[in-house]
Amino acid sequence: MSDLEQLERDVLARVAAAGDEAALEAVRVEALGKKGSISEALKTLGSMSPAERKTKGPLLNGMRDRVTTAIAERKTALAGAALDEKLQTERVDVTLPIRPEPQGRIHPVTQVLDEATAIFADMGFAIAEGPEIEFDEYNFTKLNIPPEHPARQMHDTFYLKPKPDGTRHLLRTHTSPVQVRTMMSQKPPIRIIVPGRVYRMDSDQTHTPMFHQIEGLVIDETSHLGHLKWILEEFCRAFFEVPSVEMRFRPSHFPFTEPSAEVDIRCDRSGGEVKFGQGNDWLEILGCGMVHPKVIEMCNLDPAKYQGFAWGMGLDRLAMLKYGAPDLRAFFDADMRWLKHYGFLALDVPTLAGGLSR
Amino acid sequence: MKFTLSWLKDHLDTNAGVDEIASTLTRIGLEVENIEDKAKELAPFTVALVVSAEKHPNADKLRVCMVDTGKETLQVVCGAPNARAGMKGVFAHAGVKVPGTGLELKKSSIRGVESNGMLCSEREMGLSQEHDGIIELPEDAPVGAPFAEVLGLNDPVIEINLTPNRPDCAGVRGIARDLAAAGVGHFISDKPVKIVPRFNNPQAIALRFEAGKESACPVFAGRTVRGVKNGPSPAWLQQRLRAVGLRPISALVDITNLISLDRARPLHVYDADKIKGEIYARLAKKGEKVLALDGKTYELDEEMTVIADDTGAIGLGGVMGGESTGVTEATTNVFIESAYFDPLRTGRTGRVLGINSDARYRFERGVDPEYVVPGIDLATKLAIEFCGGEPSDLTVAGRAPDAKRELGFDAMLIEKLTGMKLHEAEAFGILAKLGFNIVVGRRVTIPSWRPDIQGPTDLVEEVVRIAGLDRVPSTPLPRLAAVPPPVLTPIQKRVRAAKRTLAARGLMEAMTWSFVSKEQAALFGGVPDALLLANPISADLDAMRPSVLPGLLAAAQRNAARGLKDGGLFEVGPQFTGPEPGEQLTAATGIRMGATPRHWSHAERAVDVYQAKADVMAILESAGFAGETAQVTADAPAWYHPGRSGALRLGPKNVLAYFGELHPRILQAYDLPGPVAAFEVMLETLPSPKAKAGKTRPKLELSEFQAVERDFAFVVETKVAAADVIKAVQGVDRVLIEQVSIFDVYEGKGVDPGHKSLAVAVRLQPRAKTLTDSEIEAVSGKIVGAVAKATGAKLRT
Repeated sequence: MSDLEQLERDVLARVAAAGDEAALEAVRVEALGKKGSISEALKTLGSMSPAERKTKGPLLNGMRDRVTTAIAERKTALAGAALDEKLQTERVDVTLPIRPEPQGRIHPVTQVLDEATAIFADMGFAIAEGPEIEFDEYNFTKLNIPPEHPARQMHDTFYLKPKPDGTRHLLRTHTSPVQVRTMMSQKPPIRIIVPGRVYRMDSDQTHTPMFHQIEGLVIDETSHLGHLKWILEEFCRAFFEVPSVEMRFRPSHFPFTEPSAEVDIRCDRSGGEVKFGQGNDWLEILGCGMVHPKVIEMCNLDPAKYQGFAWGMGLDRLAMLKYGAPDLRAFFDADMRWLKHYGFLALDVPTLAGGLSR
Repeated sequence: MKFTLSWLKDHLDTNAGVDEIASTLTRIGLEVENIEDKAKELAPFTVALVVSAEKHPNADKLRVCMVDTGKETLQVVCGAPNARAGMKGVFAHAGVKVPGTGLELKKSSIRGVESNGMLCSEREMGLSQEHDGIIELPEDAPVGAPFAEVLGLNDPVIEINLTPNRPDCAGVRGIARDLAAAGVGHFISDKPVKIVPRFNNPQAIALRFEAGKESACPVFAGRTVRGVKNGPSPAWLQQRLRAVGLRPISALVDITNLISLDRARPLHVYDADKIKGEIYARLAKKGEKVLALDGKTYELDEEMTVIADDTGAIGLGGVMGGESTGVTEATTNVFIESAYFDPLRTGRTGRVLGINSDARYRFERGVDPEYVVPGIDLATKLAIEFCGGEPSDLTVAGRAPDAKRELGFDAMLIEKLTGMKLHEAEAFGILAKLGFNIVVGRRVTIPSWRPDIQGPTDLVEEVVRIAGLDRVPSTPLPRLAAVPPPVLTPIQKRVRAAKRTLAARGLMEAMTWSFVSKEQAALFGGVPDALLLANPISADLDAMRPSVLPGLLAAAQRNAARGLKDGGLFEVGPQFTGPEPGEQLTAATGIRMGATPRHWSHAERAVDVYQAKADVMAILESAGFAGETAQVTADAPAWYHPGRSGALRLGPKNVLAYFGELHPRILQAYDLPGPVAAFEVMLETLPSPKAKAGKTRPKLELSEFQAVERDFAFVVETKVAAADVIKAVQGVDRVLIEQVSIFDVYEGKGVDPGHKSLAVAVRLQPRAKTLTDSEIEAVSGKIVGAVAKATGAKLRT
């Protein structure tokens, strides 16, 4: 082995042995520094004969390049190892829980209203609203429930204290006064749904003194009971998100509609929860009928020309049926555990395109 | 309204079973609420003969019986004292569920002796509380036959939920007529009753109403039957009444109940010897009292109809008879009354006095005015049949209201209103079966028992309900537009946006009562008397709320009681300033309670005014309104902390929102421990975004020149509002100064007492060329000057 080979072997061995960047730098200076062993060897090239230089030159330059490369490689390896070691000391416990995120929820009644709105808006219905403190006239008389009519007693009305002139307001017992207000202020064709708070003196597991109704009204010159049937079938199918629903229309009686019907929906209650579209049970979900000609007349429209229908159902009840909340009172208790469980996320906005619910 | 199947078959000739009848009733609008079918329930229980009964070898009180069930003879251990050889009893096999106990019977060994079933007591059958011995059946009861049949319990009881428009179906006969019209059997025609009077009615009858009030009782008919012997009514009648939940009293009373239920014709029987002088109907005097048959004394007013004699009021017309003239076992002469009482007045009397009687139920719906006399004749016939005696002639005061009415009917109206195609002949056929007379020229006369039929749409309803609503064809409602236009109003959009914004910000949506207590309302500004309820459901819900906060705070308190002290609630709903339309406002209201949750990464932080303010700004932004353009003032109402609350307004009168920490007084009233930050945004007062011609946005102008940020520390008096500093900075150059923010507020060492240091970052964005150092210096100088001029600020050194 020549001296040069021996030198290269020694330097490379020390490069490999360098334990950190400082040691590697020392090796580099010793070999490639101004007075380094390889630098010194290279300096001897100048004093050589051309023939000798021709053979030694490539040898020496080759050795320098190999050592330079080895040092760079070793440097990268050492830097990587040092970073690895540093990162190891930065280790945290990734199983720790995240910082608290907002826990907001939308109430099921709002959600169900938005769902119903998505469906009915597509059918061309606008949303009408009205005051919750009403006149007798709008809540009863113009809906064909004259004073002293027994039907007024069915409603268990809340009254406000009489005014000095003896008249008194009441809390609307249904959303139907908005029908009256709409017919009196708008020319047919009318297609509205009316959601809102209503009030009756009642309190138990399925009745609360305040609850929500949503009703619909169509007034034009041709709409009939068959259209009503179609709307309700389509609504229930879309709302309950089932391929089909079977509905049963039972004749009934309301003072403001004629003919009147109550609507049941086929369901299965055998498993403790209600499933739609199957089973042997019937569940009453709404009342409806053709608007009574007297109501149309009392709202200043010509009953010989205009006809139409109306229906009404409980919004809270729809939420209970669809999402399974059993106790109506809990809807108004604002228990945050209940709201978290039965509520909806802010971005769960019901759409027809994306589906009403996830 | 309850009746039994066999009762119905008195009027309806049909082979239909109870299930078909029930489903038809529901289909035609007489909704079946319940069917009680003892025959079905008791089907596994049969008649058995006790062949032998020996003492149990290991128990003195038990007997080992051999029982012939008709199929086999089984050994049964029985503890009843009356179990003996030769008796017939009710037997239940092992495996049968016992109605009285709800338990399944098991084959067992009782004290070492095998028992293969049970001989049952009445209590075990669910028939009564009797449990002293087992049921003993008549000797002729056929062994093996269903027990229910032997006891006559095989008559299902049907209960319908009768709508108030159908007085005729408050009688079994009316129900039968409807069923016959719907094709379930034939309506059995009624043989008129002919009463041959044997003497002149000794009882004088009169109507005494002042002019204009005669409608209270337009007709009052009566007849005396003398020489009756009142006692228990026949077994079939007693059984019938019991089956529908009535207690048999005596033959004469039971007859009136029978006719009331059978014919929807209430009657009353008096002991004729107890009536003093003339009997007459009149309006009561205010304060007049009457002791009614229910044993209670009622105080009357002048709108109530009474039956009176020389002694005063002896009954409540149409509602309940009186105690003083009631029939007893000792009655020998009976006076039977049949009258017509005004529906509305009768309903009111019952309501005011709190009496729900079978008579009121029928009179307030409107009884058949033409059945006044037939009803009394039927009662007379039955009285004589059950109790003997002889009838007087009939005395009638006044006359029944005229029920004869005629209506034109165009069968085309059926299709117009329902879409159902139905031949005219079928429509008129249905009406005829319901008792309408068809007269020439497409007109019908309305039966006297149908006061509910008022116009052509009522006739449409009659036809379609009998023809079947299932025949109404489901018909698509024509679309008004291929893609319907948006329908939400601006306020509806605001409500939706506010709700979803607040939920996204971590608040939970609550819905609380629109009424609160007067005391709670007072804490939030109070309400005028016009917003107090006359008949609240409870004393703590007697005022319409002036703010949504009381409901949310009560909810916060309930949650805190459950251990949920931290969190946020909101409600977007009504609040009231008065009872008139327009005095109801929609507020988006919320509270944040306690502190941010404890977490390993940071200290918990109590809720504060700035969170509430941020919620307000987010709601305004969701409504398309730039919150920073509104004026912030530090004058929220009294329920807020006076130093940590504010209002957002457009001008002095127009308040958009209040926000802040709540006053400790309020927290104390709701027993809430920690701080509560609250906000109220009046959604209606927000100005609407300006209508724009198109949807395109203004062109985005981005500067290509370097922006510069400069920080300033201003020392101002503590009372100086940060907003004034920001405004002063912005005023220097509205084009160049792109953003002003406050990144520190400091009070303490290094700053004079009564002063604070505000650290302000200002971002300058040149548009035409890069700013030079001297230009930057010039603007900075202007800023310092402007702030100093506006607020007295000095640069912190």
